[in-house]
Amino acid sequence: MCLPTCPTYDETGLERNSPRGRIGLMRAIADGELEATKAFAEEMGYCLGCLACVTACPAGVDYAHLFENARAEAQASGVQDSGKRRFYRWLTLRFLFMRPRVLRWVGWGLRLWQRTGLEQLFRRSGGTKLLPPELRRLEPMTPRVEEKFTHRRIRPLETPADLMTRLGRPREQAPPTRGRVALLTGCVQDLFFSGVNRDTADVLLANGWEVLTPSVQYCCGSLHGHNGELEMAKELACQQLDTFPLDELAAVVTNAAGCGSHLKHYDRLLGADSAYQQRAQRWSQIARDIHEFLDEQGLVSPQDYRVTAGRTESSHATATTRVAYHEACHLVHGQGISDPPRKVLEAIPGLHLVALEEASWCCGSAGVYSITQPEQAQKLLDRKVRHIRAARPAVLATANPGCHLQIERGLRESGLNLKVMHPVSLLARSYRGESLI
Amino acid sequence: MMQKVVSPTHIEELSALLGERQVLSSREDMIPYGFDGTAAMKQWPRCVVFPRTTEEVVAVVNYAREQGLPIVTRGSGTGLSGGAVPHAHGIVLCLLRMNRVLELDTRNLTMHVETGVITKMVSDRAAEVGLFYPPDPGSMKVSTMGGNVAENSGGLRGLKYGVTRDYVMGLEVVLADGSVAMLGNKCVKDVAGYSLKDLFVGSEGTLGIITKILLKLLPQPAHRQTMMAVYTDMEAAAETVSAIIAAKIIPCTLEFLDRRTIACVDDFAKLGLPRDAGAILVIESDGHPEAVAEEIAAMEKIARDHAAREVKVAADREEAEKLLTTRRAAFPALARLRPTTILEDATVPRSELAKMVRFVEQTAKKYDLMIATFGHMGDGNLHPTFLTDERDEAEMAKVHEAFAEIFEKAIALGGTITGEHGVGTAKKDFLRQQFGAASFALLQAVKNTIDPQNLLNPGKLVDGPTPSPTAPALSRNGTTETAARLS
Repeated sequence: MCLPTCPTYDETGLERNSPRGRIGLMRAIADGELEATKAFAEEMGYCLGCLACVTACPAGVDYAHLFENARAEAQASGVQDSGKRRFYRWLTLRFLFMRPRVLRWVGWGLRLWQRTGLEQLFRRSGGTKLLPPELRRLEPMTPRVEEKFTHRRIRPLETPADLMTRLGRPREQAPPTRGRVALLTGCVQDLFFSGVNRDTADVLLANGWEVLTPSVQYCCGSLHGHNGELEMAKELACQQLDTFPLDELAAVVTNAAGCGSHLKHYDRLLGADSAYQQRAQRWSQIARDIHEFLDEQGLVSPQDYRVTAGRTESSHATATTRVAYHEACHLVHGQGISDPPRKVLEAIPGLHLVALEEASWCCGSAGVYSITQPEQAQKLLDRKVRHIRAARPAVLATANPGCHLQIERGLRESGLNLKVMHPVSLLARSYRGESLI
Repeated sequence: MMQKVVSPTHIEELSALLGERQVLSSREDMIPYGFDGTAAMKQWPRCVVFPRTTEEVVAVVNYAREQGLPIVTRGSGTGLSGGAVPHAHGIVLCLLRMNRVLELDTRNLTMHVETGVITKMVSDRAAEVGLFYPPDPGSMKVSTMGGNVAENSGGLRGLKYGVTRDYVMGLEVVLADGSVAMLGNKCVKDVAGYSLKDLFVGSEGTLGIITKILLKLLPQPAHRQTMMAVYTDMEAAAETVSAIIAAKIIPCTLEFLDRRTIACVDDFAKLGLPRDAGAILVIESDGHPEAVAEEIAAMEKIARDHAAREVKVAADREEAEKLLTTRRAAFPALARLRPTTILEDATVPRSELAKMVRFVEQTAKKYDLMIATFGHMGDGNLHPTFLTDERDEAEMAKVHEAFAEIFEKAIALGGTITGEHGVGTAKKDFLRQQFGAASFALLQAVKNTIDPQNLLNPGKLVDGPTPSPTAPALSRNGTTETAARLS
């Protein structure tokens, strides 16, 4: 049942590129019939980890878990080892993404580079030719860093009344507080989409939640977990557990699908850690994707909120905005969340949700896949763009920074003039009485 | 001629014959082709070839015959009786690259396809022009038409519409001697000679390699309606089925779930089913709207007359889907309970259904095993489903004994060891018993005559004339529809 849902099997028609073939290989290794060979490691690298097979599996096979362990095994075997690979893995996984402050410095440097015109100059002067080939390809894909990172946009603790103040209304008119939640700011999200974090906080505030956003947050470890570095993932999970006062919180909320599908499994990751085991369990119980959380708790309708916030005669367009929704793999397949984001979108006045063919088919971003497997990633991106073109939306909504960057690039390169936005950003604009685009 | 194993030279020569891209031979490529949908049964081939045309199939067959190499034909590998499990160190001939729809003839209501076309595509393409391809095996999104014909696959509509065989009008088959036989045509009536195409339907790759298929299509039914009936006792459900048939009503679907399946489905899909019920029937009627309404009303009455404690008729398609989910969720719900799920397909005449279901329950009790039964009650095709763990040897031994008893009982009741999954290796040992001496000898004679060198899928269904000394017999650890979970 998994075969027709697998993007790599769809491409090649070969069993080894299918979920069941890969499980066969993993099993052969577990049974001692095969060593972790280079071909095995490459196969695990070729798998997108999109988990469409998990959704399709009638028997509930936990491919996500098998796959993480297989990538870890392939990594540990060292069959793909090379100086260059070691260096890049060290630079990213071990150095940058283990140190939130360093990551921000790099983001800050990159911002400076992009804003001061140095980047332009570098590109125009042919500087890119000096780069090693693998970076030369990637350089033009460098996304734009945000003006401000999350901690400059969201205060560590905000209340529903604070949003009233920002909207220029009396604080007393704020809806009653329902409780306190924590907001995970993410790494890529923080650097490139701190606006989405601001919007997420606003949506939570409008729904009556106090929002706790620690200004320095560690990476949740999903990058590490999904790329065969389980020990580092554990370390980061512990850091995360130390950062948040779990007993005070109704939920820990994330707006990034890739993070969500990893951090919900801290209980399993730290199952054998006597010091953290209990907190990890509590964490897994309260970890929520933002759409899932809104759906469970009941969404305050934008119309109602605008009445409270005195924004009824706002600039809100009466015209409808066509929005297509691309399902991030780690939301729909990794977490089984498909309806809640659509419900969020459908709740927005003036928004017309249009059907998107193959909405839950991977866009090729898949973590670092677009970097490690550019050819297959591009094929999937082209396929996605083709369907988006046919749906003729004004906005493509998606809830994962990886998909966001990938699809944005695809649309730009195809000359399609439409915006990519997080569903929550559209909702936040509606609450704030702003026009949707 | 003694069968050999594939050598590096053979692989080179096959690559020269078909092109390198059409041949796989690395260890990492062989492992994923070592099994089909029947897990707990595996055997690594030495190479996998992907012909793109009938001519290439012929070239492979000729080469294999000259070299004495066994060929196992394969489509998507979803079979449930081990039919596509490779011959050790042999050739797997995978037909997925022959996947074109050649013709959709709306004047004769036929579709001509290559063997590797996916079943669902046939169904979809037919539906686009208002036509209907009725067989709907559970794996139709994945399975190939060639595989369906070779296994004579069934589905949920067998009662009214029959099985794959009933829709095969013609076949192109590559024989073991390399010749290409065209069997059948577009004529609705054709009595010229033996019906040779029928010999190849359900032949499981042991007689020839099916390369093209001419399919019969029907007009799309105008309307369908669905109902569900709940019973305290399984016998009452079985009597309802007999009464419906006796009332000369043939619904298109008449499905059954037993007590254990009902509880599992309810746990899994949270449908709010009556958990103390002994049986549930899910029934669908299709055809002209008035006829459908009449049939449903009549069946509702029959169900109530036969002690149904609750009868629900779906008001619209949405409600119908909900009722059908009860049946569709049966396998997924059961498959989650234990690491290994063994789906059997013992089939009996409809008059014997209650006896058979009761016997399965007793056998489960006797061996202390978890067996749930659901299936196509309207056509007598049951799916006693063993929930077990292939790594627990002691339990697996009991499973085999229980299997044997259930098969023997099915045969004793005038039934068959397989209603739709095929014999393959899984049920080969029971075939002689079902056939009896004379018909088994005939079966053997057919195999010996058509594949005298025993090149094609040797060791499956029936032993050929020269059992290969290099092929160790496959151990049967049970047939599982999904790979056992590793974690």
